[in-house]
Amino acid sequence: MKFKENMKLYVKYAAVCTQGIMQYKLSFFLMVFARFMIAFCELIAIKFLFSGLTQIKGYTYGDVLLCFSMIQMSFTFAELFGNGFKVFSGMVRRGEFDRLLLRPCSLILQVIGSRFEVGRTGPLLTALVTLVLGIRHSQITWNLLTVWTIAAMIIGGMFLFIGLFMLEASLCFFTIEDTSLMNALTYGAKEHSKYPIDIYGKGVMRFCTYIIPYTLIQYYPLQVLLGKTREWYFAFCPLGILVFLVICYVVWQFGVKNYQSCGS
Amino acid sequence: MKKYLSFFKLRFATGMQYRMASVAALTTQLIWGLMECLAYKAVAEAMGGRIPMDYTSIVTYIWLKEALFILFNTWAADNELFAMITNGDVAYELCRPVSIYSMWFSRTAGARIAEALMRCIPVLFCAFLMPRAYRMTLPVSGVSFLLFLGTLLLASGITVSFCMLVYMLSFFTISPQGWRMVLTGAVGFLSGNIIPLPFFPKKYLSLLELTPFAYMQNVPFRIYSGDLAGAEVSRCIIKQIFWLVTLMLAGVVLWKQAEKRIVIQGG
Repeated sequence: MKFKENMKLYVKYAAVCTQGIMQYKLSFFLMVFARFMIAFCELIAIKFLFSGLTQIKGYTYGDVLLCFSMIQMSFTFAELFGNGFKVFSGMVRRGEFDRLLLRPCSLILQVIGSRFEVGRTGPLLTALVTLVLGIRHSQITWNLLTVWTIAAMIIGGMFLFIGLFMLEASLCFFTIEDTSLMNALTYGAKEHSKYPIDIYGKGVMRFCTYIIPYTLIQYYPLQVLLGKTREWYFAFCPLGILVFLVICYVVWQFGVKNYQSCGS
Repeated sequence: MKKYLSFFKLRFATGMQYRMASVAALTTQLIWGLMECLAYKAVAEAMGGRIPMDYTSIVTYIWLKEALFILFNTWAADNELFAMITNGDVAYELCRPVSIYSMWFSRTAGARIAEALMRCIPVLFCAFLMPRAYRMTLPVSGVSFLLFLGTLLLASGITVSFCMLVYMLSFFTISPQGWRMVLTGAVGFLSGNIIPLPFFPKKYLSLLELTPFAYMQNVPFRIYSGDLAGAEVSRCIIKQIFWLVTLMLAGVVLWKQAEKRIVIQGG
């Protein structure tokens, strides 16, 4: 019952935010177009790079396109739903967060609901086109497992990035100011996981498995998708993100408990 | 005494806050640069001898890009100016007995150069201390270093005059943010921020060389590592001067147009 009510509230929040943005229609469309264009430029960059290449460490052009599109989708969805966490430092500084604390309603719902931004969907079109291109270029054998793997990689990635945004927001409880350190983990990861993580070498692979589990939504399931391994259970690695999310949630809760208002 | 101590503590804490922020920014940039180096290492291995720009030049290019990114980031334009244009405070600027174009140009250029100077030192320092495979190299010769500095100045001038065009265009619209994003969105890609321009296929590269974007960061960064040398350098410098003058003229013309039809709303 509680869940249903919360969903209803979230939809209402999203509708109000959308209405607000739609007051400036031209600006909205230009922004969606610009975000689409930026993602499209990155796609062209990959195409140019591969014009003189057949493979990087065993990965073909199609394989890289798959990685690029899935990470773009995950990130775009995460930005769409988790934008509230991204602009959270402002909420704390302006004292808006104190207001949220007074309301008898889930905090996270209020934070992410109040900043739902449809304009973030710009890169989705690029990502979708790239996904189709990537699937056509690399010979995937279609069965239930591959369908599951693609979906799990995208959705798992989305939750991974939402978790990271949440960690970033939790840091604000302690530092107030925005620190750009987390940018390396969010934007950096989006930027650099257009290539399968193992091309970066062992050190990066270790970091991306044990510190922030990027490999769970990219490298391991990708091996199943491209038929590079017989270990079918790698396809279920994205489920591990749930553990990561729980850890992020605990950090967030710890932050909320220790929050001292910053006035103004 | 106690109150002075707490003032001290307060200021110290604020200072530390900023230090934390700059350490964080530095770490982010180093990680970013290092990841790019690793990616190009894999690319270089895959391409072998056919690579259009040798690996050490790429590494140097990446570190210069990280160290000086603020000079060439068209997105990070002066937000105060945009605010002035939208909220009408620009009226005060119009009262001053100076040319708006020159004033804003020098203001933008000054802010960028100051910030770049401050940010580049720690990044370059770390880049020279990286493990050998990812280490930034010294310029190939004294002459090429001087040419690097000269073309760097011209290139940042071109970037600033491009930003000026964006400011001037905002006079013609009520909500400049959307236009600004569209105008600046592709510049990073076209000026070699995502992949260095030598990686572009010949056909597209020759088209790109007809635009000012090929004469932004592309020229100085490649001169530094010796990737761009000989007669090519002087040709690039001439084109840089051409584009700097053209873009500035275009900006001034646009400003004259804007000045005629400017409407200050509210206030």
